[in-house]
Amino acid sequence: MSDSAAIAIEFVNVHYRTNGNRELISGLNLAIHRGETLMLLGRSGSGKTTTLKLINRLLSATEGEVRVDGRATTEWDAIRLRRHIGYAIQEAGLFPHYSVEENVALIPRLEGWEPARIRSRVQEVLHLVGLPFDQFAPRYPDQLSGGQRQRVGLARALAADPQILLMDEPFGALDPITRAELQQEFLELKQTLSKTVVFVTHDVAEALMLGDRIALMDSGRLIGIFAPPEFLRSTNPAVQPYVNAFRAGHQILEARRLT
Amino acid sequence: MPLFAFFAVDKRQMLTLTLEHLGLVGISMLIVVATGVPLGILLSRRPGWKGVVLKSTNVIQTVPSLALFGLLLPVPWLGARADRLAIFALSLYALLPVVRNTYVGITGVDPPVREAAIGMGLTPWQLLWHVELPLASHVILAGIRTATVITVGVATIAAAIGAGGLGEFIFRGLAMVDNRVILAGAVPAAVMALSADLLLGLLQRTLVRGQH
Repeated sequence: MSDSAAIAIEFVNVHYRTNGNRELISGLNLAIHRGETLMLLGRSGSGKTTTLKLINRLLSATEGEVRVDGRATTEWDAIRLRRHIGYAIQEAGLFPHYSVEENVALIPRLEGWEPARIRSRVQEVLHLVGLPFDQFAPRYPDQLSGGQRQRVGLARALAADPQILLMDEPFGALDPITRAELQQEFLELKQTLSKTVVFVTHDVAEALMLGDRIALMDSGRLIGIFAPPEFLRSTNPAVQPYVNAFRAGHQILEARRLT
Repeated sequence: MPLFAFFAVDKRQMLTLTLEHLGLVGISMLIVVATGVPLGILLSRRPGWKGVVLKSTNVIQTVPSLALFGLLLPVPWLGARADRLAIFALSLYALLPVVRNTYVGITGVDPPVREAAIGMGLTPWQLLWHVELPLASHVILAGIRTATVITVGVATIAAAIGAGGLGEFIFRGLAMVDNRVILAGAVPAAVMALSADLLLGLLQRTLVRGQH
């Protein structure tokens, strides 16, 4: 079934060890389908961010092969590979000395787009993430709220229209209300854009809500891949703590409503 | 009483020595910026070299300036001309703050900002040019500012090896035991140091404002 055109990213027996020879990823095999949103779920140190960084070659596999669009990342020119992939991280990592417009426009500018095309693209992506251009384009990152910064980070990742989007706990540092808003908008965005998204989170609810599939990781290993309903039904002992935590939250809510 | 009468020196000579002094400081600082900033950038890329480079520039600064001028005198090509030697010694002396501040400024860039830049596909040069240098610029400029003020002062000692500058008046005044002649060197040097400090300070504030 592994039709290569349907697979955007593939991990083939990937190991990653640090210089200190600590194994952060062990024998990872994973195929990410074109157009799906795959959630990488796990606790801190489980290897999910490492997995993400292996995709855009911020890290290189010690053993095995990571393929993007059928080609090993080591065969790609690293810069071309990264520009082919959008990257949004927690705290957004916006350039504080650039306005919102300049932040979003940077990669198109470095790619040598025409100024008019850059401007219309910036307008388009800011609109996509719900920021009116006239109001936000001239602002600087320190004049934005956390949620707005995260939106700009997403707009910047989308600017050059990459087919693949990597998101590393993009909503992790937001207050619960803003996070819920952004999650909702992400779901809508996902429908309109149909990109391949790899999304790192440690939040079970977020994984269940946003993912087409959930890849559960623990100590550098892939425990399994589940569609959200499967995840909730799974009897896998590694899945249980997550499901329990998720259910416990609901039970507490339920109990409080009854009293 | 006219100003120049008070200083008990020739007006034209005062102008000449002030210009000489400016020349020594200006050329030295050009060399310091042209070598110190790239050196600081290099250290940020090769942190392993940091210890050696920062320590050796530090050691240079601990050598008393008068001794540094004297010690360099027998060096073949350098010692042949007093101004050449003076500029070399001044540049060595002023290197530390510029190298250190460039290194600190660049490594001080917020890690998520750098990581996002690399992850987006900026080349190392683009990272330096579009992100690291602009964000480090006010710290680098603070180093250049410190270095300039030091250099204006240390350059007065260049007169001891015959390289000219406002130190001429100071040494002459010392020999003549005439405070007015000493002041004829010291006051313009102080004014020069304060002006450089003020101007670079203004530039620094403009940069900080420019980048929010």
